[in-house]
Amino acid sequence: MENIQKKEGQRLLSIYYTAGYPTLDSTLPIAKELANAGADFLEIGFPYSDPVADGPVIQHSSEQALINGMCVEKLFEQLKDLRQEVKIPVFLMGYFNPVLQYGVQRFCEACKAVGVQGVIIPDLPISEYEDLYADIFKANNLSNIFIVTPQTSEDRILKIDKLSTSFIYLLSSNSVTGSTLEVGESTAAYFQRIQDMNLKNPLVIGFGIATKETFDKATDIADGAIIGTAFVRQLASPNYMERIKDFIEEIKG
Amino acid sequence: MSKYQVNEKGYYGNFGGAYIPEMLYPNVEELRQQYLSIIEEPEFQAAYNQLLRDYVGRPSPLYLAPRLSERYGANIFLKREDLNHTGAHKINNTIGQILLAERLGKKRIIAETGAGQHGVATATVCALKGLECIVYMGAIDIERQAPNVARMKMMGAKVVAATSGSQTLKDATNEALRDWINNPLDTHYIIGSVVGPHPYPDMVARFQSIISEETKRQLLEKTGTDSPDYVLACVGGGSNAAGMFYHFLDDEQVALIAIEAAGHGVDSGETAATTALGKEGVLHGSRSILMQTADGQVVEPYSISAGLDYPGIGPQHAWLFKSGRGKYVSITDDEAMQAGLRLTQLEGIIPAIESAHALAYLEKMTFKKSDNVVVCLSGRGDKDLDNYMKYFDL
Repeated sequence: MENIQKKEGQRLLSIYYTAGYPTLDSTLPIAKELANAGADFLEIGFPYSDPVADGPVIQHSSEQALINGMCVEKLFEQLKDLRQEVKIPVFLMGYFNPVLQYGVQRFCEACKAVGVQGVIIPDLPISEYEDLYADIFKANNLSNIFIVTPQTSEDRILKIDKLSTSFIYLLSSNSVTGSTLEVGESTAAYFQRIQDMNLKNPLVIGFGIATKETFDKATDIADGAIIGTAFVRQLASPNYMERIKDFIEEIKG
Repeated sequence: MSKYQVNEKGYYGNFGGAYIPEMLYPNVEELRQQYLSIIEEPEFQAAYNQLLRDYVGRPSPLYLAPRLSERYGANIFLKREDLNHTGAHKINNTIGQILLAERLGKKRIIAETGAGQHGVATATVCALKGLECIVYMGAIDIERQAPNVARMKMMGAKVVAATSGSQTLKDATNEALRDWINNPLDTHYIIGSVVGPHPYPDMVARFQSIISEETKRQLLEKTGTDSPDYVLACVGGGSNAAGMFYHFLDDEQVALIAIEAAGHGVDSGETAATTALGKEGVLHGSRSILMQTADGQVVEPYSISAGLDYPGIGPQHAWLFKSGRGKYVSITDDEAMQAGLRLTQLEGIIPAIESAHALAYLEKMTFKKSDNVVVCLSGRGDKDLDNYMKYFDL
């Protein structure tokens, strides 16, 4: 699997949103609109009843998506024609238990079949991934995206870089989703420390990116940034579809 | 090493592990690297044992209950965890973990609680040590368990309502985990049961293992053997059962019986009978047996007993169940309430409704006259008076 690509000077914008929210069938139309509006890649969340790494906004979207009837099986049905409809890279993000119940092998095969480039499963530990699942991911040409936090040790970052393809998900701070990025001295030192390691994977900053200002700050340092909570909040509005273009243009300036 | 204890990778058979987001890794890894060496330090052991003796009131008695024995035609012993300070076995674990947190230099303690027993036990040790204490509790449980909320507040704890999901124990645990993610440096999370990522299930079981350690010694004094025929304990997450079974795991002639809450009945849709209905899955950081939908969404449990109202069991229990070492059964609300009343009338002891589930299973067993049976009386029923009053129209 190739790393995500960017042109010289480009700031990559990725958007996270929850499948099946605000309505069961909004998953693919939102992806198309985001791609048209200029997002560079997408993370589509599949909902879980107990999302421990998420703040209230994404928790609520997961809860509503489950009420709407979203599940892994349904998501793959909705993404059947993904590659005809959406040309930018798409990643799936969610917790491990729904994947385990669907079957890890079956999940990876379904990702490949619909053209998903990779997955982000925050609660699947590196050791279990290596011991049990890495071969299945590789066989399906699927990237497993790992998270690095300000507390992640250098050894562990090097190991993550070795295991990663596509990109590394850099957390701006140790927090659940929906926090605010503050580039204070310690954050700047943390980003500098990672940059100095010259990792082979692109770095994409997530958690706490909500505005043009925070997006620019993040992409001054990293190859790209992910907006989740701030975008999911937009989806609560009745005319959310019309607002997507403005939202992306506002961020990318 | 016993085949029923955790292995070097943090697993019991194929259950356990540490399924946690990277944000929790440094905290959990710090614990994993240090918990055994700290617990084994002579100073730690001395401080732990001294507090258990002088503060908790251990050893708790092993009581040969004469009228229960007569009813069942065997020697029925009750391990009296109900006589501990704060009224249940929960304090054995919080004493251990607060000493560990202190040793790790943590300044801030968080905990989850369902009925409030673990919350009270945590607030108690935080008051004892002068540490900041935040307890997450489901908004619905806060309403149902007002006296325990008041106890925690009196001891200086901040009680935070978990308003997501079903607003009960599972959601309080989610909120505590989120707090730990947001406060990675100075905070220790005191998990109340043998659940969570490795090393929690093993650490909590070790702190609760005092229950079976004392039982063996006391039984030897009373009967001349330290090996009972049957050991019974109730299971929600499973901490009193883990402690009650601990020193009997390798003594295969001891039958280990774990009693889950069937609620309104295993097939009623309102139950917490995890082994009867659950499948292998991952929740709160470990791979275990879990009540869930086909899509892997966690199903809300139900039991009249808030302490058993959890959709999973600890990974060691999942392994004891799967390997056949333990027998896992369930008891309904009605059976448990009757057993609670029965113990009160036969022995003058009002049990916690959790413990009453274990007592209720005696009705379904047949014994030889010489059988020695130990039931873990994990808590006292004071907290349940409201429930008893409503149920029996007292």
